[in-house]
Amino acid sequence: MSTNDSPIHDSVGRASSWAPSERELERIAQRKVLARKRIAIATLSSVVVLGALVFAVVTSPGFTVVKETFFDVSYGRAVLHLVVRGLVTNIMLTVIASIAIGIIAMTLALLRTSRSAALTPFRILATAYVDIFRGVPLLLVILLIGFGVPALRIHGLTSSVLVLGTVAVVLTYSAYVAEVLRSGILSVHPSQRAAARSLGLSNSQTLRYVVLPQAIKRVIPPLLNDLVALLKDTGLVSILGVIDAVRAAQIEGSRTFNYTPYVVAALLFLCITVPLTRYTDRTLLRSIDRQNAQGAA
Amino acid sequence: MNVLDVKNVRKSFGDEVVLHDLSIEVPEHTATVLIGASGSGKSTLLRCINLLDDIDDGSIHLDSEEITDPAIDVDVVRRRLGMVFQSFNLFPHMTVLDNITLSPIRVHGVDKEEAREQAIELLKRFDLADKAFQFPDRLSGGQQQRVAIIRSIAVRPRLLLLDEVTSALDPVLVNEVLSIVRDLKHDGMTMVLATHEMGFATQVADEVCFLESGRIVERGPASQVISNPQLPETQEFLKRVHEAGRL
Repeated sequence: MSTNDSPIHDSVGRASSWAPSERELERIAQRKVLARKRIAIATLSSVVVLGALVFAVVTSPGFTVVKETFFDVSYGRAVLHLVVRGLVTNIMLTVIASIAIGIIAMTLALLRTSRSAALTPFRILATAYVDIFRGVPLLLVILLIGFGVPALRIHGLTSSVLVLGTVAVVLTYSAYVAEVLRSGILSVHPSQRAAARSLGLSNSQTLRYVVLPQAIKRVIPPLLNDLVALLKDTGLVSILGVIDAVRAAQIEGSRTFNYTPYVVAALLFLCITVPLTRYTDRTLLRSIDRQNAQGAA
Repeated sequence: MNVLDVKNVRKSFGDEVVLHDLSIEVPEHTATVLIGASGSGKSTLLRCINLLDDIDDGSIHLDSEEITDPAIDVDVVRRRLGMVFQSFNLFPHMTVLDNITLSPIRVHGVDKEEAREQAIELLKRFDLADKAFQFPDRLSGGQQQRVAIIRSIAVRPRLLLLDEVTSALDPVLVNEVLSIVRDLKHDGMTMVLATHEMGFATQVADEVCFLESGRIVERGPASQVISNPQLPETQEFLKRVHEAGRL
């Protein structure tokens, strides 16, 4: 990607006085012209496409009504604090859930990749678990657990919708994240295990010191992806009556028949998810660069 | 006394038999060199000795103890063996120093500071002290393989297994790796090596075994097997090696 531009070294690494040739200067000038042309084209096409989109929305027959019911700025300001308070619930839920998901998913991934005979029943259970929770819509799991568990009336078991909703999210996401971790573990080349084992490391030491550090590093981008999805999906627990950002907006919106609170909630989610997705993108590109560099070495 | 006794070992992958009734003895402080074409069974034999692959028949003994006994703890056996691979297999997420001290600290229970000092000593001896805190991908192939050799001897193995340790290297880097192996031989390390470097084999081998299709066709001192081969198969193989410019 970036080569060091200064100072200039010859083939054996000694600094030498080098001045670009006539031809090289020409090429630099040419590249500048081409770059300027590219920027001009990109700008023009963006203006045309985005302008057409805005025009289509603004000139649509129902636009004035939509503007009043979805983009009422002063009303939006008034409900902001309510939605923010709801969003705090989403964030708390995300933090707590991701810790639980990390633990459960790692256990599942280790079980599924283990070859020990003693763990066979657990391996089968782990596989069944992953199959089931990846195959059922999250919304259904939330409904089943949120309404099903309290109906059991087991003494001492919580009937808090917040807790039950979180449990449902954790159960589903653990299955997804377990698969991400498993693919990371399987992507570490067998020769790394062979090297570790031949140094006398036990199976679990090999996992801990050699396989897992490399596996986790590789799956950080997809894990960050899942974190973004998790934050958004915590909004689904609102169906149980948890007052999160989505529910807070819904309560307000149905009271005044104005949907601006939904837009406020959407914008607040974006405030968190956009930086996260940008960051995910960057780590992904960096890890690809790193792998390419290793492949070339 | 022999450090290693391989007795009548047979190994197959599916229908393909890769080692037929193969036996070698390696006395202490000696080097046994395995030569032969790719696929002749050299690497498989080394992997079987290191218990990375199970054998079908026969037995392998380390210091007269049978290590192919199913009840034996393979981790304990491997603590007495060192293995160096063709593809280095350094741990890319660890510095050179951590690569070397991992097994001494975690497996052999050596104190962390002591393990580091010993590792630095070894690195100094083989001119790699300035690389101690680098990651493997910053090193040349020859440097990586030297670190891999140091990593395998840091635990003072009874027997060192080297599997074509120069085959993945640039020709100009081969010698810096071979010179380490020569030094280790000089120190009295007992070893079994698979190699295509015949000149090097002649220098370090106490016994050379020429393998073809999983059988030892000819064995003896290098002065016989390499310099004056008796059997037509060995002569043919060495002729091909010679044509490839490796002799």
